[in-house]
Amino acid sequence: MIRAVILFVLIGCVQYAFATVNDVYPFDSDADRERFQTLTEELRCPKCQNQDIADSEAPIASDMRAEVYRMIRAGADNETIVDSLVARFGEFVRFKPRVEKRTLVLWATAPLVILIGVLMIAVMVIRSRRYSEHATALTPEQRERAERLLREHDAR
Amino acid sequence: MRRLLLFVPVILAVVLGVVLFAGIGKDPSHLESALIGKPVPAFSLKELQNPDKQFDNQLLKGKVQLLNVWATWCPTCRAEHSMLIKISRQYGVPVIGLDYKDNRQDALAWLDELGNPYSVVLSDPEGKFGFDLGVYGAPETYVIDREGIVRFRHVGEVTPRVWQDTLEPLIQKYREAD
Amino acid sequence: MFPELGQFSLILALLLALLLAVVPLTGSLTGRPILQDFARPLAAGQFVFVALAFALLTQAFVTDDFSVAYVANNSNSLLPWYYKFSAVWGSHEGSLLLWILILTGWTLAVAIFSRRLPAAMIAQVLSIMGIISSSFLLFSIITSNPFSRLLPNVPADGADLNPLLQDIGLIAHPPMLYMGYVGFSVAFAFAIAALINGRLDAAWARWSRPWTTVAWAFLSLGIALGSWWAYYELGWGGWWFWDPVENASLLPWLAGTALMHSLAVTEKRGVFKSWTVLLAIITFSLSLMGAFLVRSGVLTSVHAFASDPERGVFLMVLLAVTVISSLTLYAFRAPVVHSRVRYGSLSREVFLLLNNVLLIAAMLLVLVGTVYPLVLDYFDMGRLSIGKPFFDITFTPVAIAIGLLMGAGIFSRWKKTDSGWLGQRLLWPAACSLILATLVPLLFGDFEPWAFVGVFTASWVAVATLQDLWQKSASSRGRLAGARRQSRSYYGMVLGHLGLAITMAGISVVSNYGSEREVRMSPGDSIEIHGLTFNFVRVGQRQGPNYTAESAEVVISRDGNPVVTLFPEKRQYQVRRNIMTEAGIDAGLFRDLFVALGEKVGDNAWALRLQYKPLLRWVWLGALFMAAGGLLAISDRRYRIRSRQQAAEVADHEANATTVVANRVAP
Repeated sequence: MIRAVILFVLIGCVQYAFATVNDVYPFDSDADRERFQTLTEELRCPKCQNQDIADSEAPIASDMRAEVYRMIRAGADNETIVDSLVARFGEFVRFKPRVEKRTLVLWATAPLVILIGVLMIAVMVIRSRRYSEHATALTPEQRERAERLLREHDAR
Repeated sequence: MRRLLLFVPVILAVVLGVVLFAGIGKDPSHLESALIGKPVPAFSLKELQNPDKQFDNQLLKGKVQLLNVWATWCPTCRAEHSMLIKISRQYGVPVIGLDYKDNRQDALAWLDELGNPYSVVLSDPEGKFGFDLGVYGAPETYVIDREGIVRFRHVGEVTPRVWQDTLEPLIQKYREAD
Repeated sequence: MFPELGQFSLILALLLALLLAVVPLTGSLTGRPILQDFARPLAAGQFVFVALAFALLTQAFVTDDFSVAYVANNSNSLLPWYYKFSAVWGSHEGSLLLWILILTGWTLAVAIFSRRLPAAMIAQVLSIMGIISSSFLLFSIITSNPFSRLLPNVPADGADLNPLLQDIGLIAHPPMLYMGYVGFSVAFAFAIAALINGRLDAAWARWSRPWTTVAWAFLSLGIALGSWWAYYELGWGGWWFWDPVENASLLPWLAGTALMHSLAVTEKRGVFKSWTVLLAIITFSLSLMGAFLVRSGVLTSVHAFASDPERGVFLMVLLAVTVISSLTLYAFRAPVVHSRVRYGSLSREVFLLLNNVLLIAAMLLVLVGTVYPLVLDYFDMGRLSIGKPFFDITFTPVAIAIGLLMGAGIFSRWKKTDSGWLGQRLLWPAACSLILATLVPLLFGDFEPWAFVGVFTASWVAVATLQDLWQKSASSRGRLAGARRQSRSYYGMVLGHLGLAITMAGISVVSNYGSEREVRMSPGDSIEIHGLTFNFVRVGQRQGPNYTAESAEVVISRDGNPVVTLFPEKRQYQVRRNIMTEAGIDAGLFRDLFVALGEKVGDNAWALRLQYKPLLRWVWLGALFMAAGGLLAISDRRYRIRSRQQAAEVADHEANATTVVANRVAP
């Protein structure tokens, strides 16, 4: 069970010699740090397959973090970074699949269901109008009379 | 007509059932290499035994070969070692070794102790080439065709079964291709 | 000898379950009351023998009987005694037995608490539950026998319980979750019985409602417990990862939420019957599918059981037979006539239908997202991953829409709501929410659009709920009298909706304003996060009952005043040799501080993960409210005092009156 927990001791943790800064991955700007955070949370670890590379302790995840770090420092944009990892490890590493032919159903599910549902309800409401225009207009007296009728009917 | 609509749920359920049923017994963590059908990424690596000697992509061209990624810290690599020896010596399929993120002295001692199934052992101490190749854990074994194109990757131990059912037929296929 | 007794009582339970599945149903279909009357004793009997088997398995754990394979694989003589109890359901075989125990427990509860129902109905319901329990008992005995022995080679000691499971979370989470999953079997059985005898009426909806609500309450609690457990136990501070197994628990919850609401419409107005009965079938089918996904190994997950194709096939057959036969029955028997009732476009009926549409859209989104990789694999279209980033951006808008709709729906009236009147009601919620959502950036940091929308929606729901309560409790005899006049089920709804608002607010804030730093520290180092100074004091060794730990001391202070000292640990368990991260957590109503000790990096430095999580507790607090609301609602007196005849008649009457009135009076 829980492959993710078999911690891969040792290795990994590529070390950087930034003695003065505490961060494991130090950045010049908060924006870059946030990008790093987001990117590492959007990439799936090929080894511990149910973790993103930010959380995984597998050596490969730390290699991938290091690569993301290196590319951010080198000024690459998010797309370039993700693409370069996809080129090595496959579409699999994207936790958010691209919109493409084979993922159309996936992306369209919720909007489609809502659209169909709302249309069905609209049709129902419009249809219901012709049925019982009078029913809602019943006075309490009429209603009581109707219920009495009903009871008599049931008793029979 | 309206009655027919009520059959939609059961039809959807059957479709979902077929898909789920087909998934039983498959290994959901199985991951195909992203490089299938693509050339091996460019590399220039030293030989493990002889650091003066450099190899590049030419090494993986000309014949169908196996590329085996291994390391001394990897227990499964020890388990498959005898099978690799059998493949290279008995079945005559050349195996290139890639010593991945490893200590050179340990690796040399390992080959001394267990024997050397590899025609060439490349040394990748930082795992740079391994990273380009999409290696995510040793051992991994790649089938490379004559043109130096990645045809298949097996992750995990090469057992006699894997050899018989998967690797050997593939090697035959690419040997026979023109 | 005892394990054999356990095995024997499981087989006896199976025999009784098979009798329960056949005899009362036959009786009700052929009109022989004597056979129907067997339902209750058989339900009691099957429960007794399953409980006996469960007790004997527990006894094997407590007495360290390692001749039983399941005990040897999941326990150890060093394991603390309280974990020996929970280890009973720590792996596949025992947790399946727990599942069966709960299923037979629910069956017994139906037998006891449904004395007012028509005898034929109750015989059918119990029979259908008997069919379900006999298939699970068969599954357990054939593929997953917890009592198999390791004879004659009895191991000297056990392989220990997985360290991740050595936690209070394992004691509480699975029983609660299973109470929810399995509890939906009652609504399912009622639905199937109603389809069989063609009595899909308001009485059926009234009977199903409390069972659905209580199962839903347990499931809410179970999911929240699971999230809380994952948060502090898995060691990286995540509380929801959209993992397949997490999704599997969310699916019946979403469908069950829809079912609760549509049952309300069916009970009060006698409409949407086909839809409600379909939801009842879907909800329980999703519970079964969850069991399949978790135990068959078709998907990878952090939480999954060890997979076994043989079990997968058995479960698949079980799932397929249940789902396909019930949906086929549905297709042939569900009513297709239009209820001749008029709904205004802003009526409560329409609001609840829209709520159903959104909940089902959310459910299908999660379902498709979970099984999509399998579908692609089936068509050989490659592999891809669908995870948190995908669900975060697709699920959030649907959730927001549900919240916005809910705030308006609370004020709506049956049949027709005046739009001007409704607009006026909504002024307050709109104004309050706007103010609250604007305050959020001032309290927590920068402006984040999703946090703004999320908090707006959460307070929209909360203010609307409270405003409705305020108006409804207005009374000439004083507010207290007015408040007392409201039913418990109304207060249950208020609590449930407030719970959702609390959860939504928590999720919105913690996902947008939580911060995390991964740092390298040596003893003596400190770092500042959110105005708090984290000072790494030292790392020492500690000996636990069955593990050794490296324990760090981190002192957290604000402006020099100590706030709390945390002791995150890295534990090595002696038997299984795995390493566990035990985070140091300071829990608070308004923020959590989370420190996890990572690898040693360099001579004297350690990697540490420091997190500041505002309003995290609200996520689970809201679930507690929801569960409390559910339990309060079922204690409503209308579920208790009415006699069988009255209940059936009154409910039928209320619902059908308008329909028939329309037919007879209108022309």
